[in-house]
Amino acid sequence: MFPYIIRRIMLMIFMLLLLSIVTFLLFNAVPTDPARLTCGKSCSPQIIEANRIRLGLDKPLPVQYVEWIKGIFVGRTYGSGTQTFDCHTPCLGYSFKNGEEVTVMIKQALPATIYLALGSFILWMVFGIASGIYAANRKGKWQDRTIMGITLVGYSLPVFLIGLMMLLFVIVRWNFLPYPDYVSPTVNPIQFLQTMILPWISLAILYAAYYTRLTRSQMLETMSEDYIRTARAKGLPENRVVRKHAFRAGLTPIVTSAGMDLAGLLGGAVITEYIFSLPGLGRLAIDAVKEYDLPTITATTLVAATFIIVANIVVDVLYAAIDPRVRLS
Amino acid sequence: MSDVVLSVRDLSVEFATEDGVVHAVDKVSYSVKRGETLAIVGESGSGKSVSSLAVMGLIRGNNAKVTGEVHFAGQELVGLDPEEVRKLRGLQMAMIFQDPLSALHPFYTIGQQLVEAVQVHEKVSDDEANARVETMLDRVGIASAKQRMDEYPHQLSGGMRQRVMIAMALINSPDLLIADEPTTALDVTVQAQILELLRDLQKEFGTAIVLITHDLGVVADMADDVMVMYGGQAVEQSPVRELFYQPQMPYTWGLLSSIPQMHASSLKLDPIPGTPPSLINLPKGCVFAPRCTYKDKVADGLCLSERPNLLAVTDTHAARCHMSVEQRADVRRERNIGKVN
Repeated sequence: MFPYIIRRIMLMIFMLLLLSIVTFLLFNAVPTDPARLTCGKSCSPQIIEANRIRLGLDKPLPVQYVEWIKGIFVGRTYGSGTQTFDCHTPCLGYSFKNGEEVTVMIKQALPATIYLALGSFILWMVFGIASGIYAANRKGKWQDRTIMGITLVGYSLPVFLIGLMMLLFVIVRWNFLPYPDYVSPTVNPIQFLQTMILPWISLAILYAAYYTRLTRSQMLETMSEDYIRTARAKGLPENRVVRKHAFRAGLTPIVTSAGMDLAGLLGGAVITEYIFSLPGLGRLAIDAVKEYDLPTITATTLVAATFIIVANIVVDVLYAAIDPRVRLS
Repeated sequence: MSDVVLSVRDLSVEFATEDGVVHAVDKVSYSVKRGETLAIVGESGSGKSVSSLAVMGLIRGNNAKVTGEVHFAGQELVGLDPEEVRKLRGLQMAMIFQDPLSALHPFYTIGQQLVEAVQVHEKVSDDEANARVETMLDRVGIASAKQRMDEYPHQLSGGMRQRVMIAMALINSPDLLIADEPTTALDVTVQAQILELLRDLQKEFGTAIVLITHDLGVVADMADDVMVMYGGQAVEQSPVRELFYQPQMPYTWGLLSSIPQMHASSLKLDPIPGTPPSLINLPKGCVFAPRCTYKDKVADGLCLSERPNLLAVTDTHAARCHMSVEQRADVRRERNIGKVN
């Protein structure tokens, strides 16, 4: 068990390193001069060159990379002599477009994204798994067919359509809810819920449809296993057979998908955040792309990818917790 | 007779499928007494497993239809409330399966799985259940039972897993144990140990055993009575000695002569030609007729046109064959099958 986790963590560190190099190269592969992007249209060559030196863009690529990584761990100071600027740990760069440290911007954007991801995650897991088990237990009957039909529709609908429809009907036409205006739940919990409920639901519909189908197929697969027959031969009541024996055995792929999907959303749900004006990571990333804000693009990419890699190891550890064959081998 | 534990009469199991109705089991009757073993012999798809699953009430699904009578524990199980049958399962009738690795849940320890088997039928404390499990594991020959209880199925050997299955089946001292090919997935040496264990436990607890197998060696070793199944039907039923000494049915002959003989002059096996019938379109005549070498011995093509009944040869021996008893005796002499007088 322990060596397994150590091995996974080593692999994760290696992946993160690789990831940082790729994102860094991405930054430099853009067919524009990063220094040129630091000031507006009427920008003199002197200012461009000054900024180039201040940001360290004149140095060789490996040196730039090391400085960037160092900045993440110990912070860094841009410029030299009297004109210096401190970028605090973890320093992910400085956004000239916003005149702000990228880390600060990400910290501001993170809560909205986390609330969005976690809220819809809970919704879709509860509904997806429950209806998946229900459908599997009534395979072929009308309940199963109805659920499968609904999930097919839910899974096929693009998230922007669901989101826009909800926005249009619930808010614009029927005025059930006020226009979305994100506030922190600590400031105004009611307004927070009013803003989040539709984004939660519209994301959850898509994922719940997928998890219903996944759970159903997993359950159908494990229900035909020999150990389920054994459980019944022992005289266990059917609901115990389903919950304790079949569901537990079919859990692994569900956990994998759940980890990956949650991590993906934590990196920013671009469309949903846009539709419901949530100031989250996805929105930050897209705005950065639109404005050619290179340090922000790099940083948001790095953060989103880090979520995925960390989720991978969490899932691996959960595997071991679920399946003793993984833990003990 | 009071020592009859299980009595099955005209048990049929049908499955409705898209291709038609599958007649998996067709009017099978048998009974097993306390402390005795009935072996059900047949090849894959002969209905031997399905008939036992039907007894256990483990045939599920809307497309399945079980008819006939199953008398067990003073009750008629066919048509009984499934909840009542469930309460009997694991308590008064238990079952072990062919592949003990896939039959044990991979995610729970041996101890957890056995304790569950105790506690589902009886409200006992964890400590008491654990103690009973340990005693039972010890009884089935698992060394250092206490440690083994914390282990998972994949950590045990095949033989040990089957011992665990047996312990789990017998932990509530059931009257009836159905063993579905309990040794097929095991090494030959382990097979012998498991059979010996089953015999010992049978003696100790007086369990009636229904042993499903295709291995006639196991039958000779274990059984008191034998039922040979083919195409969902019982084609021959008799005490074990009579079956080996005076087999009455061409299919049984085929089974007996396809056993490798240690002292045979020829090393060639004598397989039964052809394949088992489809259970959807069973032959109109004898189910075995299409593969039977002797169907021409019976006049008017009767074997292909009319289903033979299961007719008594002696008080205890019955077979499904159109040939006369004399004709059968001739063939046995000719082919040197059974005990030649």
